[in-house]
Amino acid sequence: MDYLYFPGCTLYTKAKNFDQTARNCSRLLGFELKEMKNWTCCGAAFPLATDNLMALLPPSRILATAREEGTVLTTLCAVCFNVIKRTNRLIQEDGEKRDKINNFIEKNYQGDLQVLHYLEILKKEIGFYQLKEKVRKPLEGLKAAAYYGCMLLRPFEEMRFDDKENPKLFEEFLEALGTQAVEFPYKIECCGSFQSVGSPDVATECAYKILGSAIKNGAEAMVSTCPMCTFNIDHKQADIKQKYLDFKPIPVFYFTQLLGMAMGLDPQALGFDQNAVDPMPLLKEKGFL
Amino acid sequence: MEVNKSHNGFIKKAMVIGGGIAGISASIDLGNAGYEVVLVEKLPSIGGRMLQLSETFPTLDCAQCTLTPKTVETGQHPKIKLLTYSEIEYVEGKAGDFTVKIRRKAAYVDWEKCTGCGLCQQKCPSKNPSEFERGVGLGKAIYTLSPQAVPNKPVINPNHCRYFLEGKCKVCEKICPVKAIDYEQQDRFVEERVGAIITAVGFDLIPKESFGEYGYGGIPDVIDGLAFERLNSASGPTTGEIRRPSDGKIPREVVFIQCTGSRDPERYMPYCSRVCCMYTGKHARLYKHKVHDGQAYIFYMDIRSTGKGYEEFIQQGMEEEGILYLRGRVSRIFRDGDKILVWGVDTLTGKKVEISADMVVLATAIVPHKETKDLATKLGIKTDEYGFLTEAQRKLKPVETEIEGIYIAGCAQGPKDIADAVAHANAAASKVQGLFSRH
Amino acid sequence: MKIELTRQKVHNEFTKKVELISGQNLFACYQCGNCTAGCPVSFAMDVGPHEVIRYTLLGLEEEALGVNTFWLCASCLQCTSRCPKGIDIARVMDALRMVVLRKKERRDHIQIPEFPEGFLERLPQIAFISGFRKFLS
Repeated sequence: MDYLYFPGCTLYTKAKNFDQTARNCSRLLGFELKEMKNWTCCGAAFPLATDNLMALLPPSRILATAREEGTVLTTLCAVCFNVIKRTNRLIQEDGEKRDKINNFIEKNYQGDLQVLHYLEILKKEIGFYQLKEKVRKPLEGLKAAAYYGCMLLRPFEEMRFDDKENPKLFEEFLEALGTQAVEFPYKIECCGSFQSVGSPDVATECAYKILGSAIKNGAEAMVSTCPMCTFNIDHKQADIKQKYLDFKPIPVFYFTQLLGMAMGLDPQALGFDQNAVDPMPLLKEKGFL
Repeated sequence: MEVNKSHNGFIKKAMVIGGGIAGISASIDLGNAGYEVVLVEKLPSIGGRMLQLSETFPTLDCAQCTLTPKTVETGQHPKIKLLTYSEIEYVEGKAGDFTVKIRRKAAYVDWEKCTGCGLCQQKCPSKNPSEFERGVGLGKAIYTLSPQAVPNKPVINPNHCRYFLEGKCKVCEKICPVKAIDYEQQDRFVEERVGAIITAVGFDLIPKESFGEYGYGGIPDVIDGLAFERLNSASGPTTGEIRRPSDGKIPREVVFIQCTGSRDPERYMPYCSRVCCMYTGKHARLYKHKVHDGQAYIFYMDIRSTGKGYEEFIQQGMEEEGILYLRGRVSRIFRDGDKILVWGVDTLTGKKVEISADMVVLATAIVPHKETKDLATKLGIKTDEYGFLTEAQRKLKPVETEIEGIYIAGCAQGPKDIADAVAHANAAASKVQGLFSRH
Repeated sequence: MKIELTRQKVHNEFTKKVELISGQNLFACYQCGNCTAGCPVSFAMDVGPHEVIRYTLLGLEEEALGVNTFWLCASCLQCTSRCPKGIDIARVMDALRMVVLRKKERRDHIQIPEFPEGFLERLPQIAFISGFRKFLS
């Protein structure tokens, strides 16, 4: 079975490794990520102002367009997932706004599309047990911290991804790959998100706390589902290092990179060169290369 | 009436002192258990403080509608003898055999003859600020406490009656169809012998005149909580419309001040009066129900809402009725033209708050009646430093006293809401039944 | 330091605007402070989100808009997900941003020309797109 797929802007640019590894892993798992036609930017933030429908138009248009091709829409980027899933729910539940939006975008979308995150497909469609069976090179001995961030989980009533205070899905996934998932309290805390634009120092501080918490609990690497988080906790480690001299950087992977490695994809095809903190030394040390 | 006595002379008949909701509840319990009860009430009719209330928290039930069936049941109960407008003179004896001398105050009305037609009250020309109406309404010199009074017999207040003051008038005597008016009536004394006594003499409020910083009671539109109950009551002076006492205008900005005299160890009472948070929340909500465009402000220190459904009640007031809760005390209020200036604080923002209010309602502290101490001396039981009756043991003997056969119930022991006062009274009644069944 | 409260001021135009944009009832807030306690960026805020809500409820526009609190909010929704009164605090913070950004002066919170060389190029697209949405008029 193929899944209709919305990549989003960042996966076409700054997070190509995320996109490519997901596509390649899918093939090994027996399905295709079929990129939807005519996709646009989702807006990158679900609009919290209730009186302005303009910001809902891009994700609504994406949903309406995708519905013409299928009934399930998959995303990888947690931000896009959040924006599109929340918009979908709003269209399902608010008839008045639905009519206005449809009228504006000249579509007739009723909210009857299922929006899934790639991890949900792995869990619900493939199953982590089956996934484990398909792992060819288990990542044994790697202590990896599953960093959820905010967008997969909140608001809980709308995202319904996993428990909002102590989610386990991501750890279960990592354990299926053979890693030792590290439990750490900051796994659901915010990376600073778009404050990397407004108040970069604040975002750096957020990232420092998250990384510090994971390292304190024994993590050797972080695993992310989101290019925004990855920017803050991976690319900003240079800034952290400048401020906190004794900080020891650790690699940050997209979960699909680890999946690809465990599935036996060629490490050269996993886009590690796009990671900010070079993961090669760790991967070598663990004997994965 | 044949008094129930055991073979060794233990009298199985009880006296309940105080005809408020606690005394009524205890009396009905004992009467229903088959024991004779003498219910002694200081005022002309039973019902107590609850008779003054408009609605009760957290259900907003009409107080009179809940109370009247109970007062009527008490009045008609074959086992309950009502001695209203009566006070305890002295008490002698011990459990199983108390002798109580009771003063039956002169009503100046022969209650045997009186049919309760109410003509005298209608025609009485004397109108004075009434204690029952908490100063916000007038009462006649010949009066009952409510149209549903039990017993429905009036009394004459000689301090207000024109005949007693000026020697002429006698309108009531002329109008009374059964010739029941008796200006020559004197106090009478009766004796009752009982085996147990429940003391349920209720509470008072610190008078608003005690609060200098709030104008020593001299600002007419600064009233206390019971006065607000009367303003809001359908049977009150404004027939339930919220109109301020000074000029009858509908107040658009009303400030409620909790903890007035409570939790103030330095100047007033150190304890929490327990009901103010709830009744203030209730007042503000009832005000909003009647004055939709008005704003209610509540100054509070903490919100204590521990009863069933209480916290929900408070939160509804904030959320649905837009009552503005301000965390802090009010330091001073004073007159400013026809407004009342309130100097408070919102410690949540750290800012001083000034409100130009139309009316201020003080949730004044609950205190014992000043006569409670005297009564306790007559009964041989103790009071605490504030004058509340002292129970035998704080936790495990909440209705007993150090004297066997004497029990306490309701707010005479300490501040309580209606539900707790009733439960306390039920407990006292069950203790009396236990005592009686052991003899 | 001093507020003069009137029924016109409590729930004034500013407060109503914030409630309208956010869709939240600020009177529901009982000031428990949970939002501030769990906020990942409250360490950098002038005052906590609960205080900004208080200012807004009391109609104190200057105080509410004069702090950095709502600008620092990253819409992570920790406050929203734990608010015991069900107030979507992140929406309130966004509404405050909107109140400023929609004013006719169109005063932006960030000045793109002042960004350091290469700053935007480093950022992932989602960061600056959502950042522009939150910070530009």
